[in-house]
Amino acid sequence: MPKPTLPEPIERTIQAPVGIVKGLKDTFMTMLQGAVTVQYPHEKETLAPRARGVIALLEENCTVCMLCARQCPDWCIYIEGHKDREPPRREGGKPRTVSKLDRFDIDYGLCMYCGICVEVCPFDALHWSPEFEYSEPSIADLLHDKHRLGQWERAVPEAPALEAGAESPKGKKK
Amino acid sequence: MTVTERQVSAYIAGQAADARVRFELETEGMTLNIGPQHPATHGTLRVIVRLDGEQVVWADPVAGYMHRGYEKLCEVRDYAQVTTLINRIDWLGSFCNEVPFILAAEELMGIEAPPRAQYIRTVLFEMGRVANLTLFLGDMAAQVGALTPVFYAFRDREYVLNLIEAATGGRFHPNFDRIGGLKEDLPKGWIDETKLVMRKIRGFCDEIDELLIGNRIFEERCRGIGVIPRDVAMEYGLSGANARASGIDFDLRRDEPSPLAWKDADWKVWTHPDGDSFARYWVRQQEVREATRIVEQLLDGLPSGPIRAKTPARIRVPKGETWVHTENPLGEMGFYVVSDGSPGGPFRCKIRTPSFSNVSIVPWLLRGVYVPDVITILASLYFILGDIDR
Amino acid sequence: MTPIVALHAAYWNETILRLVVALAIALTGAGTFVYVYLFKMVSHLQSRLGPMETGPHGSLQLMAEVVKFIQKEDVFPRRSDRTVFALAPFVVIMSTLMIYVVIPAGPRLVVSRLDVGALYALAISSLSVIGVLMAGWASANKYSLIGALRGTGQLIAYELPLVLAVVGVVMMAGSLNLTTIVTAQSRFELFGFRGLGLYVIPQFVGFFIFMVSAQAELTQTPFDMPVAESELVAGYMTEYTGMRFLVFFIGEFATAFALAGLAAVMFLGGWWFPGMGAGWGHLAWARELVGFGVMFAKVMLLGFIIFWVRFTLPRFREDQLQAFAWKFLIPLSLANILVTGIAKVAAHA
Repeated sequence: MPKPTLPEPIERTIQAPVGIVKGLKDTFMTMLQGAVTVQYPHEKETLAPRARGVIALLEENCTVCMLCARQCPDWCIYIEGHKDREPPRREGGKPRTVSKLDRFDIDYGLCMYCGICVEVCPFDALHWSPEFEYSEPSIADLLHDKHRLGQWERAVPEAPALEAGAESPKGKKK
Repeated sequence: MTVTERQVSAYIAGQAADARVRFELETEGMTLNIGPQHPATHGTLRVIVRLDGEQVVWADPVAGYMHRGYEKLCEVRDYAQVTTLINRIDWLGSFCNEVPFILAAEELMGIEAPPRAQYIRTVLFEMGRVANLTLFLGDMAAQVGALTPVFYAFRDREYVLNLIEAATGGRFHPNFDRIGGLKEDLPKGWIDETKLVMRKIRGFCDEIDELLIGNRIFEERCRGIGVIPRDVAMEYGLSGANARASGIDFDLRRDEPSPLAWKDADWKVWTHPDGDSFARYWVRQQEVREATRIVEQLLDGLPSGPIRAKTPARIRVPKGETWVHTENPLGEMGFYVVSDGSPGGPFRCKIRTPSFSNVSIVPWLLRGVYVPDVITILASLYFILGDIDR
Repeated sequence: MTPIVALHAAYWNETILRLVVALAIALTGAGTFVYVYLFKMVSHLQSRLGPMETGPHGSLQLMAEVVKFIQKEDVFPRRSDRTVFALAPFVVIMSTLMIYVVIPAGPRLVVSRLDVGALYALAISSLSVIGVLMAGWASANKYSLIGALRGTGQLIAYELPLVLAVVGVVMMAGSLNLTTIVTAQSRFELFGFRGLGLYVIPQFVGFFIFMVSAQAELTQTPFDMPVAESELVAGYMTEYTGMRFLVFFIGEFATAFALAGLAAVMFLGGWWFPGMGAGWGHLAWARELVGFGVMFAKVMLLGFIIFWVRFTLPRFREDQLQAFAWKFLIPLSLANILVTGIAKVAAHA
């Protein structure tokens, strides 16, 4: 049997305080559930391993190919290098020219955190790290030189395992 | 009885005082500037409003305070860089901005992304919709005076943003879509977490039901305010929830063939006949619920396989032009991409953003409206400045 | 007036002591409301923590804010009427602090047992309307004036239900004296139970009207259009900065504490609790303390309700607000008086 409904004006008049009381009950219950605030800097959240916090440089892999500096939309990577002549690897071989990295700076004041440089590097020399606590009082200190970028390598996490059904990732050449 | 001189002069003085008060308090033709810095506008929108006492007689939105020159930038950047930049057009529904551009490039190159990539693209697209619209639900409540739901919106949105960060690396600017698929696959455990979070978002929508939709005061503030009739909505090119709240049953996800996976999920398009501010709020709340259901269904049926089709190392889009539009959280967003076949970036990109057309109705809509309702109406239209100004 | 402690003081000395204590309670009460409800309770309602750094759990935040306000520049708008502009906040806070003269905080903790206490309290609280008008006019800002006029309209509209709600209580107690109202509640028995004699039960309609009108008197959501309209139009307080704004701010919370105190006295029985009657003998000083504690608890409970409603509900538009007062609250309070009168006559017959 259908529920008898009251005429609409009465129904609306009853619904008004009921709706308000329901809203009040909702905020009260939320108050009892406690706050969700993470009190930074006393407590810290752990970010996802893929979070784009800072870029680290593995200098031994870099061949000064300049691809990252070229592809950066902001042109915030400054690279300088020179070529050295090195003795041949084995007897009777030709002398080799090896590129040496002199300067590799990333200006985090300009960086958009897009990740194009990391993706485009053919030699896997750049890596993302979730570290983000590197703010400085002076903007000039936001320019990280290659020594500092190398130190960020310690904070680079392992790549997370992938979901079921994914293809295994192909390794990049070293 | 004779009237004394004093009475006469007192009467004249009284009339003069009345006239002076009427003149000083006169607000006819008073021009009021809302913005560009204003808590009620989502960014730097300036609305010049001319008042007659309590009513608006003329209104004019002035956009452009946030113009960043996107279309020019697109001419001088290549495809990967443009993908990074266009994340920032509608910064709340982040992933959704990349999709039409990448789909346009794929169409020009004749590349099809694998099904797994299309499913995950759709999932991230709908999560962008959830992130965007939950903020709207909280924000319009704040404009109307309820200060608490906006905190609940931000709290529950954090979970969605954390998920997007776990998958893509960025909360607001994922930069995850690539020509041929996505950058990389989802991390382990993401699917279960996402399903949990979608349930939480539905819980948030139920809270909004209790706090606002069922609240008489909210109804009184929003029902019948800012009514946009159906034909006017079509004339002004409104899209998205604004159009659907005026009774226009049109949703690009259903009505336009798209490589993305919306047809593989069972979902409903919500419309409302009234066209007032309450209708726009209600439609967006239903859209959030529907988006969570789409995400859950697609994650249940996620096909396995590669995440990216084989693409050449140097992207070179052949000569051609194409138009791709999608149902973004704010409305219909589209990219008209012209390529001249050279390596590098697009030759020209025309970006059609929904908020630009949605804001064009403001002069028509605000005429005759009372001052307190102006805020309600601007809040219910929901525009993002990055979307208007590009 | 028998002294609380074994000190015999002259009338004026004793009055000054009582006034100083009342002022201290007023300001501490306002500060407690600000900290517990405005900083902490609202934060927890919104799933966040509120101030935590200044002092343990942010308890010194109000001190930090007071210092911040004091050290600001004293700004006058160029075309403003300086005297009126300077005086307006003090008119508002004066009208609030005068309410504390009649509120009984304990069996003997009251500054003055006025025979017209209830009428005096409500009348003097309505002087704040003058302060609001002064602030709006002297700001030399057209929209400040309009905001002040709107605020005034709201305050006057909600004065009527506030007073009418109290009439029911006065009829039941037979007196306007607030201490008599407390003792009348302690003696009133409902269905044979002393404890149920608190007027909130027979006068629940009056209680509801009083709390709603108090919310409007404090210009708090859902009735905060005059001040929150700063979205579009400046409220009457806009041109005030620094110390003067702090006086407005403290005034608002002192009014909240006072109105909650009046409601506690008139509806919840004030400092009375079953077992608090006379007969404590040489423990009379303990009775004062317990009475004060009971009163404080009741005021905090009512404050909780006021701020809970404030942070949950959206705001009314100005015309809806006025319609609610004139078309709903006033007829309801008149009906309440009618029913109370009939019940009182029937009970005596």
